[in-house]
Amino acid sequence: MSQSLERLLTSPYVKAMGVRFDQHGDELTGVMAFAPHIVGNPLIPALHGGAVGAFMEMTASASLLCAAELEGLPKTIDVSVDYLRPAAAKDVYARAVIGRLGSRVANVRVEAWQDRREAPVATLHAHFMIKRVDAA
Amino acid sequence: MDKAPHPQLVELGHLMVDGSPHAVHLGLKLEAIGEGSAQMRAPYHGDFVGDPETGVIHGGVVTALLDHVCGLAAFAGFGGHDPVATLDLRLDYMRPAQPGADIVAEAHCVKTSGLIAFVRASAHDGDPDNPVALAQSTFMVTRASQKAVEKAKALFKGDAS
Repeated sequence: MSQSLERLLTSPYVKAMGVRFDQHGDELTGVMAFAPHIVGNPLIPALHGGAVGAFMEMTASASLLCAAELEGLPKTIDVSVDYLRPAAAKDVYARAVIGRLGSRVANVRVEAWQDRREAPVATLHAHFMIKRVDAA
Repeated sequence: MDKAPHPQLVELGHLMVDGSPHAVHLGLKLEAIGEGSAQMRAPYHGDFVGDPETGVIHGGVVTALLDHVCGLAAFAGFGGHDPVATLDLRLDYMRPAQPGADIVAEAHCVKTSGLIAFVRASAHDGDPDNPVALAQSTFMVTRASQKAVEKAKALFKGDAS
């Protein structure tokens, strides 16, 4: 595991959200374990859209840290989240696809799902500023 | 707006913040809610730092704050009668927030059309003219959110409506 990924994982917010990453080779799956404090609307009940968005953003950062040697953490430029279904009160999973890994900017898409991967609860599309250690 | 604003818009607004476990967990506070607008605050807290080396708050807190304040502005845009769910949320991060500073977000419902509300918002850490992030979002009155209101009404036996 790279030092930067370690730094992301030890960040207080990532720990407070109960997010972890399962890494198998170059494939990374984010897991946000269900906890009562990530519920947004207790009457549906549905997870908070901001919690799901933040989780997908963390998964995007983590996937960049796995894909390249970076100086520091990726800095978010913009994120765009589409909410497709209410996220039920249970664990959420997410996987990222890197659209482009430039020397300064990266483009990432993330899908988050619960029961079936074909039925995502939300998708994210983001750009990050990065500093590649391996780039000239 | 086709209906007069709900007489208890302010109380309902507070209920939608103080009754949301994630908003409570992040310490989010409702500061104002009016005709198609809302203002909220996220107090600085060490538990929500994203990068331990800089002490800067994680962008996720800003995401949750802006999602929540936009939802309230959409709710207010419908006059406080219809609950909403987020369809999409686009955030532009202008700069990192200053370590130690609270983040304040203001949202305005630009327009409601049928079941959809269009909302814009900005978040700053002291100076509204120097935003940390800008947001553009759409919300919808959904069946799930309407069912939740029916449940809430049953819970309060009609005295919240």
